[in-house]
Amino acid sequence: MSTAIEHPTYNYKVVKQFAIMTVVWGIVGMLVGVWIAAQLAWPALNFDLPWTSFGRLRPLHTNAVIFAFGGSALFATSYYVVQRTCQTRLLSDGLAAFTFWGWQLVIVLAAVTLPLGLTQGKEYAELIWPIDVLITLVWVAYAIIFLGTIYKRKTSHIYVANWFFAAFILTVAVLHLGNSMALPTSFLHSYSIYAGATDAMMQWWYGHNAVGFFLTAGFLGMMYYFVPKQAERPVYSYRLSIVHFWALICVYMWAGPHHLHYTALPDWAQSLGMIMSLILLAPSWGGMINGMMTLSGAWHKLRTDPVLRFLVVSLSFYGMSTFEGPMMSIKTVNALSHYTDWTIGHVHAGALGWVAMISIGSIYHLIPKLFERKEMHSVGLINVHFWLSTVGTVLYIASMWVNGIMQGLMWRAVNADGTLMYTFIESVEASHPGYIVRWLGGALWLLGMLLMAYNVFMTVKSTASEKAAAQTA
Amino acid sequence: MNSSPLAMSGFWSLWISVITLGVIAFCWWLLYGNRKTDKAPSASGEVETTGHAADGIEEYDNPLPRWWFIMFVITIVFGLVYLVLYPGLGSYKGVLGWTAHSQWEEEVAEAREEYAPIFQNYAQISVEELAQDPEAMQVADRLYQNNCAICHGSSARGGYGFPNLTDDNWMYGGEPAQIRQTIIWGRNGNMVAYQNILGEEGIENMANYVLSLSGQEHDADKAAEAAPQFQAQCVACHGPNAKGAAAQGLPDIGAPDLTDDYWLYQQPGQELKASIVQTLTHGRNGHMPAQAGYLDVGVDLPSDLRSKSQDELAELLPKVHLVTAYIYSLSNQ
Repeated sequence: MSTAIEHPTYNYKVVKQFAIMTVVWGIVGMLVGVWIAAQLAWPALNFDLPWTSFGRLRPLHTNAVIFAFGGSALFATSYYVVQRTCQTRLLSDGLAAFTFWGWQLVIVLAAVTLPLGLTQGKEYAELIWPIDVLITLVWVAYAIIFLGTIYKRKTSHIYVANWFFAAFILTVAVLHLGNSMALPTSFLHSYSIYAGATDAMMQWWYGHNAVGFFLTAGFLGMMYYFVPKQAERPVYSYRLSIVHFWALICVYMWAGPHHLHYTALPDWAQSLGMIMSLILLAPSWGGMINGMMTLSGAWHKLRTDPVLRFLVVSLSFYGMSTFEGPMMSIKTVNALSHYTDWTIGHVHAGALGWVAMISIGSIYHLIPKLFERKEMHSVGLINVHFWLSTVGTVLYIASMWVNGIMQGLMWRAVNADGTLMYTFIESVEASHPGYIVRWLGGALWLLGMLLMAYNVFMTVKSTASEKAAAQTA
Repeated sequence: MNSSPLAMSGFWSLWISVITLGVIAFCWWLLYGNRKTDKAPSASGEVETTGHAADGIEEYDNPLPRWWFIMFVITIVFGLVYLVLYPGLGSYKGVLGWTAHSQWEEEVAEAREEYAPIFQNYAQISVEELAQDPEAMQVADRLYQNNCAICHGSSARGGYGFPNLTDDNWMYGGEPAQIRQTIIWGRNGNMVAYQNILGEEGIENMANYVLSLSGQEHDADKAAEAAPQFQAQCVACHGPNAKGAAAQGLPDIGAPDLTDDYWLYQQPGQELKASIVQTLTHGRNGHMPAQAGYLDVGVDLPSDLRSKSQDELAELLPKVHLVTAYIYSLSNQ
């Protein structure tokens, strides 16, 4: 096992494994994403086969990018950060290896079962119950390792990044167990124990907190380590991090009902979902401010450091999508935006702009450290990757804004006699150019990920003689 | 005590109110308690760090940005005001008495007030006359496209399992009253499965017989085998001359004419004989849903709807009337 020169006691093996798989799963997940985006523009690409139809590939895409790509990035960075900031080795190498192989098995099983049409039918919780059990085992091991490592830390304080990682790990455990409760009828099938509006509420309590804790809290943990580290600047405000951490984790829990506006969900629950989503704006922005302001005095570094660019632009997209989210949770806005492509655009402003870009920036920071290089094989390629990702994200979200608002307006437009001005299929037809632009944005993203894979491969492969002097922490 | 099944018990109402206000109060306390930093900026304006470092990362103790603090306060105040005005705190209904259901009812009532006169005017005109009125047919076309085209197609030519509405071939009759009946109450076309009655060979023979009825290429010997069976099993619905139920004066049965060259259940690319074998083997269930509640949303349908005259139906369901005229116009240009 190779370890860093200055800290021979850290477990970097599992970090390396997860870091490499982040890149691999990023390519797989985005490839499926580009494919299904193309299906929406050119339906012939469904190939008239059940296994390659949009309905089965779409959950494969979401699971691959959220849990395989995002999950691997979170495992890699949290294991790295908790060791570095607690100055101690992971609690158990064996358990850490179990979380790596267990998580990869979950992903492979997802990639097999979803195209076969085996699903629980819950968005972002599609995987059938035996896989849910495996996820639970891996997650418990993850929690034990992470919290155990914090417990045996050699530092007096628990660094803010670890608060966020810990909140993410604990809450995702609660969410997964709560929403996936089901009564198996066979090895491959089960029924949710919830019914009707309660089931819908549980699903979106889970669904929105999967965004809040998996895709926000976890990645804020990443942000709190890699932004100050890459910028070599102190964090802007410790006080702000306390306020926005506690506010974020207790308010996020309430936001789920905004996915169920104007449905059978009782009015009181819809109201609470809306006002808590609005109150969530400031706590969300607290993280953006703390990250952005950390760069004060170091803004010039953006000119030369594409890794820092990834990190800072991810914060811009984070700020934008956490403004957009509360706005879309307002009932009157939601009446226009709900069920349109605007929602898809909003999700990808967060998923591509925030989650993927902060992950990619962090992995570019990590790879040379883990493999004892001075820097990545090609800094120029990182820069190309950065621009592909930025332009790709802008194309994606701008086309979905246009499509979404257009669809919302077309669906509600009425003639002087009160009849609907457009049929549904006319709104689909009008969306076609947007679907092509969105596909193009996704294709740019995929291209960037392929460049990253090449860059990572060359960095890892390069000879020992090029080893740089170890960077002191 | 509210007896509605949706009513919330006093305990749960209190529980929701307490945790909602508790979380908001916690945010307020968190925010207010941290509004000032205890570390004064140095002479150079630099704020001190907290003094501890994690893997070399230090932390300043800058105060909360003022604009951010104010934004947070505004959202909290907005939330509290909203909770006073609207339902949110358990079973408390809010000062405005708003509900999603009442909002919907108001909007429907407004729309009816505004648009009903337009359709009441059309209700006074006969189907045959409306079918000649381009303006009325333009309105009807919008109704058709949003309610009917999903199955019958935007050009009304139908598809696999969905009848073509532009030809003269009517399973349930093409007179205005019959079209109106189809639209108001829907139709259920049911042909039973014959695999246990005729057997595999019998079905093969019968398929050839059915092909012979419309002069298609067929095996005459096999068709002759099935002729007596047809008279025994099929005539009750399709009629002794196989001209269908409507030709026998029984349009409500809907059994199609087998002597023409129109095949409702022939899939694209499927051989005609294969589709007939499929129909005979497994039967068919054709279903058109009742449309009255969709087209004329919100109309209370009286229990004696079936005994109403055509004029009364037109008055009661003016959009059905208009779509009836539209369907009628398609084959009566």
